[in-house]
Amino acid sequence: MEMNKQLYMKRRITSLLGLAFSMTAMAIGLAVLLWILYVLFSNGLSALDANLLTSDTPAPGTEGGGLRNAIVGSLMIVGLTVLVSTPVGILAGIYLTEYGDESKTAELTRFVTDIMLSAPSIVLGLFVYAIAVATVGNFSGYAGSLALSLIAVPVVMRTTENMLRLVPGSLREAAFALGAPRWKVSTFITLRAAKSGVMTGLLLAVARISGETAPLLFTALNNQFFSTNMGAPMANLPVVIFQFAMSPYDNWVRLAWAGALLITLTVLVLNILARVFFRDKVSS
Amino acid sequence: MSSQNLTQQDASQIVSDEMIAIAKKQRVQDFFFHRVTQAFSLLVLVALMGIIISLFVNAWPTFERFGFHFLWHVEWDIINEDFGAAIAIVGTVASASIALLIAVPLAFGVAVFLTETCPVWLRRPLGTSIELLAAVPSIIYGMFGLFVFAPLFADYLQVPLQNILGGMPLVGFLFGGATNGMGILAAGIVLAFMVLPFVAAVMRDVFEITPPILRESAYGLGCTTWEVVRKVVLPYTQKGVIGGIMLGLGRALGETMAVTFVIGNANRMPTSLFSPGTSIASVLANEFGEAEALHFSTLFALGFLLFVITFVVLAMAKVMILRAEKAKGN
Repeated sequence: MEMNKQLYMKRRITSLLGLAFSMTAMAIGLAVLLWILYVLFSNGLSALDANLLTSDTPAPGTEGGGLRNAIVGSLMIVGLTVLVSTPVGILAGIYLTEYGDESKTAELTRFVTDIMLSAPSIVLGLFVYAIAVATVGNFSGYAGSLALSLIAVPVVMRTTENMLRLVPGSLREAAFALGAPRWKVSTFITLRAAKSGVMTGLLLAVARISGETAPLLFTALNNQFFSTNMGAPMANLPVVIFQFAMSPYDNWVRLAWAGALLITLTVLVLNILARVFFRDKVSS
Repeated sequence: MSSQNLTQQDASQIVSDEMIAIAKKQRVQDFFFHRVTQAFSLLVLVALMGIIISLFVNAWPTFERFGFHFLWHVEWDIINEDFGAAIAIVGTVASASIALLIAVPLAFGVAVFLTETCPVWLRRPLGTSIELLAAVPSIIYGMFGLFVFAPLFADYLQVPLQNILGGMPLVGFLFGGATNGMGILAAGIVLAFMVLPFVAAVMRDVFEITPPILRESAYGLGCTTWEVVRKVVLPYTQKGVIGGIMLGLGRALGETMAVTFVIGNANRMPTSLFSPGTSIASVLANEFGEAEALHFSTLFALGFLLFVITFVVLAMAKVMILRAEKAKGN
């Protein structure tokens, strides 16, 4: 009896310690998130003013200025990426569910796509530099979009595929029985049924690429001036933040924090929107 | 009668012709739709081949000049064009290992909390906040590391650690050097914050696929919660857990921004945990803009190495997670 009691106590204490550790881990995770948000707001809010949207990035060592050129550049680069990756990703996702299914090629494509999702983004930048910057002779917004597409397409592709899989087979069969051709079934029936899920994928893709810095370093580069020419080097928020944060100028660092706050808020809002979209789908 | 029959026959003839025409048109449309979607899905494989080939071609001058020696050559001399990958590889592997040493136990704790002890109504919001942590762009972790974490790290961790452990035999050298907050250890800790949510999310997902009946039987035998986790859930989900860890490793090895801000960016072999170093990704980020000739091709060689290493790690992670998911199907 005595022995048993001791053993029992020991087991209970181990369990309590384990659970205490697990709660501490959770608390640390939450604390880091809140800490980062606090730091972003306390440093970024002071730089958020009207100038941020109306004036361009200042020259080194000067006062004032804003992020207009970088914000517009980022919007254009991300916008083009979304325009290109949406059809490509969705159609490729349709292929994986409706045609490829269990075939060897489809399995391989799925496997490679999942790896591309986590591949080092700086290497994607190197690749695009080699094929779209070195060959053309100059950095460009187009090259930046191409590099970001290499990240966005796999995200859209995999979420589209997963969402199409949730559409019941009977829906497809009903459409086939009415004599609908395969392409109509895929686009007007299955894709429409999975619409909100696919939207989720798109939002997540936009969230993922809006903060990516490394692929833009060697592709879109940066531009101190306002420019809407995507064939030339283009300012964009992530690279401006990188350059400004590493600089010794207080004004630049201040703007970097403002940019960081903008980007993080965008990314978090997109993520939350994506979740709301998806939850609506599940409940309906 | 006969003329009526004839018109009926004609009518059916016309209808079937029309139907055949439509069917033919649809077949052509279907054929094109099939091929177009297939072409787009194959783009991913084309991109992969393109990446490997273009990096290798651009890196060839370096591989030709230094051979395999490049991998362990400790030198980074831009002026005399004498390059080795060892410094960057050591920095990459050391910072990623430190990150995992810290992140894996924490991620395990988070996953256990979310699946075992957390009240059900809190699971969703807490799970979401961990996922939001994963969504924070890596450049934000970098800035956070440089401006907030590094100064605190220098004052409250580096100085005390050096005072206490710096004089000890055998391990003392690990804590030598300047205490300015930058270096391998600082980069590893910032990376740990970054990969924690990725690993935790995978662990939570695989813990959730443990059949409830297994858990319940263990509780029925009188196991404590911790014993259920350690002796039932963990062995059952082993492959998925290892997969999650490898996924985190892949992320940590290839991360650029979170590391570049805090690792110190010095092309010297690090001698202690506090000494500044560099990683493959941060060498690329810092030097690619000004690189020419052999230096340029050496950076491609580093990029090629990084891609191959992370590809292998991520492929292994994927295989492990797939196996764990298959086990759930049975």
